[in-house]
Amino acid sequence: MRSRRFKTVHAGETHVFTGLAELLACSSPRRSGDELAGIAAASDTRRVAARMALADLPLKCFLEDVVVPYDIDEVTRLIVDTHDEAAFAPVSSMTVGEFREWLLSDAADGPALARLAPGLTPEMVAAGSKLCRNGDLVAIAAKARVVTGFRSTIGLPGRLAARLQPNHPTDDPAAIAAATLDGLLFGMGDAVIGINPATDNVESCVSLLTMLDDIRTRFDIPTQSCVLAHVTTSIAAIEKRAPLDLVFQSIAGTEAANAGFGVTLSILKEAQEAALSLKRGTVGSNVMYFETGQGAALSADAHHGVDQQTVEARAYAVARAFSPLLVNTVVGFIGPEYLYDAKEITRAGLEDHFCGKLLGVPMGVDVCYTNHAEADQDDMDVLALLLANAGVNFLIAVPGADDIMLNYQSLSHHDIVRLRHLLGLKPAPEFEAWLGRMGLLDAAGRLPALPPDPGSARRLLAIGGAA
Amino acid sequence: MSETLDTWERLRRLTRARIGLGRAGDGLPTKALLDFQMAHAAARDAVHGAADFDAIAADLAPREVIRLTSATPDRPTYLRRPDLGRRLAEGEVEKLPAGPFDVVFVVADGLSAAAVDANAAATLEATARRLADLSIGPVVLARQARVALGDVVGAAMNASVVAILIGERPGLTAADSLGAYLTFRPVPGRKDSERNCLSNIHAHGQSPEEAGHKLAWLIREALRLKLTGVDLKEAAPKFAIEDGGAKRIGG
Repeated sequence: MRSRRFKTVHAGETHVFTGLAELLACSSPRRSGDELAGIAAASDTRRVAARMALADLPLKCFLEDVVVPYDIDEVTRLIVDTHDEAAFAPVSSMTVGEFREWLLSDAADGPALARLAPGLTPEMVAAGSKLCRNGDLVAIAAKARVVTGFRSTIGLPGRLAARLQPNHPTDDPAAIAAATLDGLLFGMGDAVIGINPATDNVESCVSLLTMLDDIRTRFDIPTQSCVLAHVTTSIAAIEKRAPLDLVFQSIAGTEAANAGFGVTLSILKEAQEAALSLKRGTVGSNVMYFETGQGAALSADAHHGVDQQTVEARAYAVARAFSPLLVNTVVGFIGPEYLYDAKEITRAGLEDHFCGKLLGVPMGVDVCYTNHAEADQDDMDVLALLLANAGVNFLIAVPGADDIMLNYQSLSHHDIVRLRHLLGLKPAPEFEAWLGRMGLLDAAGRLPALPPDPGSARRLLAIGGAA
Repeated sequence: MSETLDTWERLRRLTRARIGLGRAGDGLPTKALLDFQMAHAAARDAVHGAADFDAIAADLAPREVIRLTSATPDRPTYLRRPDLGRRLAEGEVEKLPAGPFDVVFVVADGLSAAAVDANAAATLEATARRLADLSIGPVVLARQARVALGDVVGAAMNASVVAILIGERPGLTAADSLGAYLTFRPVPGRKDSERNCLSNIHAHGQSPEEAGHKLAWLIREALRLKLTGVDLKEAAPKFAIEDGGAKRIGG
């Protein structure tokens, strides 16, 4: 592969960048992971100089040159082989800088962005994002809608869904049921009721799936459940006839990083077909759920010198090949060696959402942080508010924002209710109707602190007694 | 609503999750807000505090101790650059005797000074007491250290097994949780799959005494089988072996 050279001359100083990967890495806003990898811009002026060169780069260069070689990486092959030339046509003569301006213009409305998505590659949207301020990332993403369905419809305008995440360190059924109940009474769970299992084996996966399905069918809740086990565990659970709605998998943006997760594109395809064969969806047939996060490829030493934000965008190309119901970046989970503080976490969350949406992926975010990152719940409030304004498909919530299994902090059920009320956003329509039937909504469709019909709350509370 | 309140009371006994917190409008009630902030503050203080190695050395007396620092100059760098926490600072290796020893213990601050202060000396003594017939090297007290620093120390001291006792990344429910990692024939470059891990050593997890019992058993097995890692099975609870942060299950 040839390595192109890019050059910016500013104030008498010449900055040279060798190859697309270096140009992209140096253009990326500062973050600890790129510094750990030794690929970040060495100074702020070099960073902006890289952006100046990037702004002048024709978008079609990303079709002529790749950041990870085609021969050694099936994700690159997927990106190149599935590129839709006709869809790309409207922006094919633009530079990256012109592309940013077009994205901000009224011409780039929802339908135009939806038509364009198959014509965009991850590297193009990553490049575009590097020229955007946070406000640009919010405003552009807000125009891009990606709607998916299973038993509920996710991603419609004016809606904000939530994953209910009732994790427990020993997968204790009574404790999981209690946390599920807490979330349902807050109107959580329209995206999915999804458990990260403490033990990844087939028996415990089947028993958790059965338990969640019992709760769902007992109260006729129009949502889907998921046990976030390894994809091969889910395939085995399907073979054991477990009531499995969605297949989960962590994915990343290179073949080698996916190998670190123990997956290939063909295993994901096999899992998708197995889940589709169950025909359990009612309003749609999106059966996959993926999680991603900047730094995953670097932590597996599988980033090929590509900056972590660009590699992350490549993971969305993997995701979109399997028509997922849900995709979320676990943005602050990976730790400060990749995203050091709230500024970096906030930026990464907005970038990931923007890139996912432009590529046609139903993007959600786990707004979160660990205790060794320089961040706290104030910062999560800010990122959640930004993402809700950006039209994020769903957010993740745990009781009191404290995940007692994974030992990190996300949003609390309260936070999602506040976002919905503050911005006039509703749950998924099928789920909203269910909340109404359960007597949890008032006449204005809000979810007040004291349920209008306490009898329903009592019936739901009985879940705890039954578990 | 008293029936509902009673139900929440009962459900809260089932889990440490923050359920049934109540609402102040759409926000948290003040008590729940401050309880959360206190738990997070304790976790941050544990991450950013300095382990009291004077006190630990006194607790371990008359055992000989050697103090070392990793190649990490300060806490912010430690958090950004895990690679530096796996190497010794310039010249530090010369403080180490050449051995050989059956077992070398390394007490490392890791991500929780509070864990080391509260549990390291007790866990070490509980283990060493059960290994009185073996040759045990001086105890190494290492600052700004990651798990793999034990490989460097163990190799320099010709240890058959290095046992590193290290502060784990604090959660909101326990800021003082200690982890123990055993590596047979330590050399730089050992993979995490070549170690055995015992985690959750703290007042509400497994006690230092219980951990010492398991660690001593594992060390004897490691010496007998001449290995640690996935082929040495133990009954201790499994936990993520990464020192940088727990891996999300499913990938």
